[in-house]
Amino acid sequence: MQRNVLEYLEHTAARVPDKVAFANEQMGLTFREVQDQARSVGSFLHAEGLYRQPVVVFMKKHPTTLVSFFGTIYAGCYYVPLDDEMPRHRVELILKTLNPAAMICDETTVALVGEFAYTGKTYIYSQICETPVDEAALETIRDRQIDTDPIYIVFTSGSTGVPKGVTACHRSVLDYVENLCDVLKFNEDSIFGNQTPLYFDAYLKEVMPTLKYGATTILIPKQLFMFPIKLVEFLNEKKINTVCWVVSALTMISAFKTFDKVIPEHLHTVAFASEVFPIKQFNLWRAALPNARFINLYGPTETTGICCYYEVDREFGLDEVLPVGRPFCNTEILLLDENDKLAGPGEQGEICVRGTRLTLGYYRNPEVTSRAFVQNPLNDLYPELIYRTGDIGKYNERGELVFLSRKDFQIKHMGHRIELGEIEVIANMHDDVKSACCIFDGEKKKIVLYYVGDIEGKDMTVYIKGKLPRYMVPHVIRQLDTMPLTPNGKIDRNLLKQMYVNK
Amino acid sequence: MEALLNILEELHPEVDFETCTTLIDDKILDSFDIVTLVSEIDAEFDVAIPAEELVPENFNSAAALYELIQKLLDE
Repeated sequence: MQRNVLEYLEHTAARVPDKVAFANEQMGLTFREVQDQARSVGSFLHAEGLYRQPVVVFMKKHPTTLVSFFGTIYAGCYYVPLDDEMPRHRVELILKTLNPAAMICDETTVALVGEFAYTGKTYIYSQICETPVDEAALETIRDRQIDTDPIYIVFTSGSTGVPKGVTACHRSVLDYVENLCDVLKFNEDSIFGNQTPLYFDAYLKEVMPTLKYGATTILIPKQLFMFPIKLVEFLNEKKINTVCWVVSALTMISAFKTFDKVIPEHLHTVAFASEVFPIKQFNLWRAALPNARFINLYGPTETTGICCYYEVDREFGLDEVLPVGRPFCNTEILLLDENDKLAGPGEQGEICVRGTRLTLGYYRNPEVTSRAFVQNPLNDLYPELIYRTGDIGKYNERGELVFLSRKDFQIKHMGHRIELGEIEVIANMHDDVKSACCIFDGEKKKIVLYYVGDIEGKDMTVYIKGKLPRYMVPHVIRQLDTMPLTPNGKIDRNLLKQMYVNK
Repeated sequence: MEALLNILEELHPEVDFETCTTLIDDKILDSFDIVTLVSEIDAEFDVAIPAEELVPENFNSAAALYELIQKLLDE
C-alpha cells in the first residue's frame, strides 16, 4: 500500500525520466530533474539537522518551488509555502505560530527575509539543489515515515485576526489524489494549466496527478489573468487540455466575450472550485466548448482541498445554481441540523465531513481545532472525528447536495476564503479607529469596510494594504460619524448593508 | 478624466495617476483592479471594454485608459 506521496514521483521518474513535469513560460524540469533536485534538497536539510519540523518555502511561483516542497518531505519535514507578496504583518503572524528553524528562498525573496522578525536559517534554493545525495540518510528517513506524518501547512484566514495553519498528512493527500483522479479521469496526456497560487492547497489538483501519471503542469504567468485573449492564446500555444481554476478566472474570460475572438481549442476538462459559478457565464463556457467536461468541485482546506464534486450533466437556467453534488468515494457528508441530528429531506443543515480526507487540524492551535474537528455527534460508541465546515446546505429533489450560505461571516471572494472578522480586527488595531465593521455585497462582489475614527479614508486604505494580503483589502472604505447599533448594542450589519446597497 | 481619476484613486490612494505610466509594467494594477476598473468604467461611462482592448498598453496610464474610453464612446 502506498503510504508516501513521494512514491508517485519515484515511480514516474523511473518510467518517463525525460518528460517535462513542471514548466513555466521560460523553462521546464523533467521528472528526473525534479527527483534529483528534491533528493538533494532533502539531503541538505537532513545534514543541517532538520527533522520533523516545519520548513518555510518562501519563493516566487516557479517549478523549483514545487521541488522545494518535495525536498522538504524527503528530509522528513513538512513545508509551509509563503507568498512573496504577503504583507509583513501577516508573514510575522505566521512565523510566530510556526517558530521555524529554516526557510528556503530564491535569489529575489532572500532580500526580504531581513525585514522579518525571524532568527532561523535561510537557504537559497540554487545553492542547495545540487547537494550530493545522502542515500543512506534518505532511506532511514523513509523507513520511519508513516502516512499520518504531516507534509504541508497552509494558512487560511482566521476570524480572530490570526491566520490558521491547516496541517495535512500523506494519507489525506493520497486519498484526495486517488479519488480526484478517478472522477476527473486524468492521464499521462493531461496537460494542466495552473492558475492557483502555490501558497494554498489548490495547486495539488494539478501537481499530484502530474506526479502520479507522468503528466505535465504548466504554471501560467499571473499577469495573463488580466488579459483574456492573451491568456487563451497561451493555453492554445501550450496545448493545455485540463484546468482546475477558481471561478473568477474562468468568468474573466467569458465575461469579456473572449470566445468571439478565440477558443481554448485543446481544453477538454474544466474543473472549477471556490465559488458559485454564475450560470450566465457558465453557459457561455459550455456553448464555447460543447464537448468538454465541466466539473464543480467543493470543499474546504481542512478536508484536503475538496470533498464533493458534481459533473455537469444537464442544462441550467439562469435562476438555478450548480449543485455541489456528492462526496468523493471514501468520504461521507453528514448534513446536521441545529440539534446535531441528520437533516430530513429538503431541510437545511451544516455540511459536515467524515473520512480519511480530514486533515490533522490547525497547527499549534488545539482550541480552534477542537471546535471545528469534533466527535461525530451521531456516534457515541468510539472516537471518530468529523469536520464542521460552517457551510449550510441541503439536498435538492435529485438528491444532489446544494450549498446555500455560511453560518458565520466567512465569505468567498475571487477564489479566496476570507473572514470578514479578520479585516475588522486589523482595522480596529489602528490607534485612531474607534470601531469598524466589514460587510460583503454578494451581488456586486464587493467587500465594504465602515469605520469610525480620526483617520482619512485614503490613509486607511494605505494602512490596510500594509497589513492584509491583496485579496482581503476592502474595495470600498467608508468613514462614518457613528456606527449604527442594534437594540442590544451590536453593530447593525444589516443596516450597513442596506446603506451600501441603497447608496 | 476627473471621474476616471476618482475611480483609480479609490483603488490606489497611494499612486499618483496623473504621472504614472507603468501601472501594468510595475505591477501596480493587478487582476483584481482590472476587473473592478472595467465594471466601474461601465457604470460611470456606460462603456463596455471589449476583450481585444484588454491589453497592457491600454492600462499602463490613466491617460491611455481615458483615451480608450473616449475612443469607445465615439464608436
